[in-house]
Amino acid sequence: MPLLSVQNLEVVFPLPGGTVRALRNVSFDLDRGERIGIVGESGAGKSAAAFAILNLLGKPGKIQSGRILFDGHDLAALDYEAMRQIRGNRISMIFQDPMVTLNPVLTIGAQMTETLRAHRRMTRARARDIALEKLRAVQIPSAEKRLAQYPHELSGGMRQRVVIATALLSDPQIIIADEPTTALDVTIQAEILELLLRLCEDFAVGLILITHDLGVVFGVTQRILVMYAGRIIERGPTAEVIGAPRHPYTRGLIDALPSAARPGTPLKQIPGVMPSLHEIPSGCAFHDRCEFAQARCAAETPRLEEQGARAAACHFPL
Amino acid sequence: MPNASETSDALVSVQNLRKEFDISGGILEQLSLRRGRIVRRRESVKALNGVTLNIARGEALCLVGESGCGKTTAGRAIIGLLAPSGGEVHYDGRRIDRLRRAEMLPYRKKMQMIFQNPYASLNPRKRVTETLLEPARFHFPEQSEAEHLRRVESVMESVGVDPAWGARFPHEFSGGQRQRISIARALMVDPEFIVADEPISALDVSIQAQVLNLLMRARAERGLTYLFITHDLSVVGHFGDRVAVMYLGRICELGETREVFSAPRHPYTRALLSAIPKIGKDESAHIKLAGEVQTPLDLPSGCVFRRRCAHADEQCARAVPELHDIGASRVACHAVADGRI
Repeated sequence: MPLLSVQNLEVVFPLPGGTVRALRNVSFDLDRGERIGIVGESGAGKSAAAFAILNLLGKPGKIQSGRILFDGHDLAALDYEAMRQIRGNRISMIFQDPMVTLNPVLTIGAQMTETLRAHRRMTRARARDIALEKLRAVQIPSAEKRLAQYPHELSGGMRQRVVIATALLSDPQIIIADEPTTALDVTIQAEILELLLRLCEDFAVGLILITHDLGVVFGVTQRILVMYAGRIIERGPTAEVIGAPRHPYTRGLIDALPSAARPGTPLKQIPGVMPSLHEIPSGCAFHDRCEFAQARCAAETPRLEEQGARAAACHFPL
Repeated sequence: MPNASETSDALVSVQNLRKEFDISGGILEQLSLRRGRIVRRRESVKALNGVTLNIARGEALCLVGESGCGKTTAGRAIIGLLAPSGGEVHYDGRRIDRLRRAEMLPYRKKMQMIFQNPYASLNPRKRVTETLLEPARFHFPEQSEAEHLRRVESVMESVGVDPAWGARFPHEFSGGQRQRISIARALMVDPEFIVADEPISALDVSIQAQVLNLLMRARAERGLTYLFITHDLSVVGHFGDRVAVMYLGRICELGETREVFSAPRHPYTRALLSAIPKIGKDESAHIKLAGEVQTPLDLPSGCVFRRRCAHADEQCARAVPELHDIGASRVACHAVADGRI
């Protein structure tokens, strides 16, 4: 049985101008210690998926239907108190910008021990010991000194390490990382990704990595989900999907990377833009940008067809 | 031709450019008590510490580096948006960094800038046509309004925005469309030289390719010269004829993109290139740098990179390395110059 199983998840935002369907029929599993990546452009629904799992959807967003099975519980059906027991405890989240995640007026030590003592009964001294241990696990130099420092005294890379250490405090089974390195420089990004990868392997933590960067997904994850306009349109083992994509959108994303073209030649581009979730085209949401689209694509929504370990939602897969 | 830009056909020539920002604040903030005496202390950020480079007519030079390395400051100082603290900027053979406002005007028409965030760089209360008309009216006062409007139309078409949308406001466009409009604004005055500061960083992957293609087409059609500022090395590999790598306000390696990417010499360039997340087989391990990115507040003596460098020795602490011709590139590193690496 998978550790986490998301089944037919539908997330809606009822707005005055009409209901926005942020997630449509999203299903995926995560095994113990497995690392998956969710890729897509802004508005594809990748963050909505993460927020739905933790029941963090802002009002008026809500889970319309579907199940999120974690260790025998349906997270979609849990009340606020029961969810608090799981969020930040058994499933942790890492956000994009560490300066916004950390409280600027509390020391690192104060916010780390607070997290621990919110979930477990323990003395301050014990909490401090665990915080120190986790700071060392994320390779922060002179960890003891850091406990007394404030976030602004640390560099961006160090802050993100603190955030990761905080996420590890209660030995979670899953970490959801939403663009964890997008705000960082490329040399720091490489270090943080290596760290995340090693921690997940050492502690058998499952990872859901949300990013727009295919290079990042390739280096860290075992399986990949590609999202477009609220749906999963392709999934499978990361290397296979990126090596030989089946969905024209996935291929378009890969071909649009500057490293894919000969220097100086025009890049392959996907025409148009991702549709607004208010006006998703009929049939396949990608059909009006797709070079292979035929009449059937505008009429009939393709299902995510399983083929071995892979699946693609396309009438005419590549 | 390795050093084409060193010859006299350089369109833009920058020599020993320096820029310091005073951050000591008001007079009261500068005062402090030390051993019973009041002392006044000033503090400054040294954003540029002697940048020298030439940009040949028609070439695309990419300036890369991590945040805080001074690449944006360099672009702004070259185009005249910031007054440099020292050094010289020459445009087409004439020194332009000390010009008075009125003397600068003809150069403002030749040099244009494209900014990173198209959500912030377009006036939200102006219709697109108005935004585009303004530079034309200012720089071509002798032309009639009808001529200006014709120009707006043709430029909008050339960047792929339907001229019929000219009456709309910026918020009615997507990010990619907005960046097309800011490119259109730069093209309105028929510039020769464009400084593009992270023009695609705020955009989605599929849109990045569209805007990058547009910039390359504009270059081919109009013979533009680019200074392209970016942190994204894969874009550099695709777009730039030459690349200049910056670290803490200095250029540490400068050369033809192909050359620098296939055989980087400076230890920082090597680490930077090894850190790019790549698709496909990854044989080259990521080179880790010691320590943290330093702030330009207290620069180390000698080489600015030495505290993070695995090859630093006492010479690196003593003398600032200058750019030397190493192979086909120019590298500012004692260890490379001495053949230690």
